[in-house]
Amino acid sequence: MSPTEVLSEAFELGFTYTRSTGPVVGRFLTGLRDRRIEGVRASDGRVIVPPMEYDSDTAAALDDFVEVGQQGEIVSWCWVSEPRRAHPLQQPFAWAMIKLDGADVAMIHCVSAASESQLATGARVKVRWAEETRGHIKDIACFELAEVTQ
Amino acid sequence: MSGLKAMSAQRDIAIVAFHQSDCQASAGATNEVELIMPEIRAVMDQVGLHNAQDVDFVCSGSCDYLQGAAFAFVAGVDALGAVPPIRESHVEMDAAWALYESVLKIRMGHADSALIYGFAKSSPGELPIVLSQQLDPYYLAPLWVDTVSLAAMQARLMLDAGKITEADMAAVVSRSRRNAMNNPHAQLAGDLSVEALLQEAPFVSPLRRHDCSPVSDGASAMIIATVEQAEAWGKPYAILRGIDHRIESHNLCTRDLTDSPSTRRAAEAAGVADGAIDVAELYAPFSHQEIILSRALGLGEGTRVNPSGGVLAGNLMMASGLSRVGEVFQRIVSGEARRGVAHATSGPCLQHNLVAVVEAA
Repeated sequence: MSPTEVLSEAFELGFTYTRSTGPVVGRFLTGLRDRRIEGVRASDGRVIVPPMEYDSDTAAALDDFVEVGQQGEIVSWCWVSEPRRAHPLQQPFAWAMIKLDGADVAMIHCVSAASESQLATGARVKVRWAEETRGHIKDIACFELAEVTQ
Repeated sequence: MSGLKAMSAQRDIAIVAFHQSDCQASAGATNEVELIMPEIRAVMDQVGLHNAQDVDFVCSGSCDYLQGAAFAFVAGVDALGAVPPIRESHVEMDAAWALYESVLKIRMGHADSALIYGFAKSSPGELPIVLSQQLDPYYLAPLWVDTVSLAAMQARLMLDAGKITEADMAAVVSRSRRNAMNNPHAQLAGDLSVEALLQEAPFVSPLRRHDCSPVSDGASAMIIATVEQAEAWGKPYAILRGIDHRIESHNLCTRDLTDSPSTRRAAEAAGVADGAIDVAELYAPFSHQEIILSRALGLGEGTRVNPSGGVLAGNLMMASGLSRVGEVFQRIVSGEARRGVAHATSGPCLQHNLVAVVEAA
């Protein structure tokens, strides 16, 4: 019997379309590419970062953009001692709700720290930018403690 | 949407049958259809029905992300024997919302009876990571923030605010495990003291592993009908007195995560406060969330909370919410309780909540 010829073809499962992120999410992501962080002012005046397209309470369309700081304060956090394969950091790290200077609503991102004992609610953190920014939430590689030399 | 409360002049709805499978850590090679079929057979037998042709409407709840294929839920219909054609619908949600759709169908006069089922085989995937894909697609899903981590941050907000202690959380788990000893379908049961639980190492700090519901495979099913139809069938039934659901923002940080305003609003619309509550079954996938829900529902000393053990003892994704209603139904029909509240949740940190009031006929 002759050896069987196995037919094969590369296959990539993917979505073959692109989608516009629009004037609010798109503006935020473009800002990240330029290493700026912008939020939006809600109907009640609070600054929400990342910006939302519509106000949760009034449903008003939001377009009053405000640049906020690249440092902030931890509002809540948890310690991931065993990172999952999908997680952005593969060393033990924290997820945190971080209220950036000039913002009224926290944002969720990861915090790189050497150990759980370095972290606390109220701790100051600062952005660590990715080496290459491309207009994506992961342009913020992570946050790190602002007042600890690692 | 206004609450479907006490529309007694129109069409009172009776819960007539319910059954749930065991919560298994892994169903092995058993597929979803094979998980559903015994549950459907069980509720059919409780009423004395032959097959899906004997009810006017069928509605299911499941999540294609758990099977990892678009329209995977359609295969579940194989469990029904849908020939000749039946009237059938599906929600990409917990089957508690399939119950809600069925209630609407009956209230509108488009059906007199309905079969509802929910199912999931969560074990093949990494459930907390799969569920991260229900989050904001630009800001959160690309980070793969898992559901356990989100709940852990919620727990810390409560701990920091002095609204709970770690001992309060352990007490919820201790009671769940003990109650589950009387639940043959439970996955985790045992007599564990608060002190022993607090000795355990952190998992995703401040949560310990026992603060999180386990990953479970299984299904549950229910039959509801108009009271007239239930009387005609001649089986014991309970009345679904009210049902309502409310949702909060997808932006977790704009919410007060130490409270559940959507649960409170759903409870008001469903008429929870209209009478004493003997029993409550709450869909709290994390220990601290049971405390948030009990407070939002205004439950007091006179209410037995999660006598089944709740979902900390076994969590059938897409079926656990329906099962909460079923557990209350069973306790009412058995005479253990006169009036009860069932709750279902969906989304991260109790984002979306459904509340149902079930009463003795």
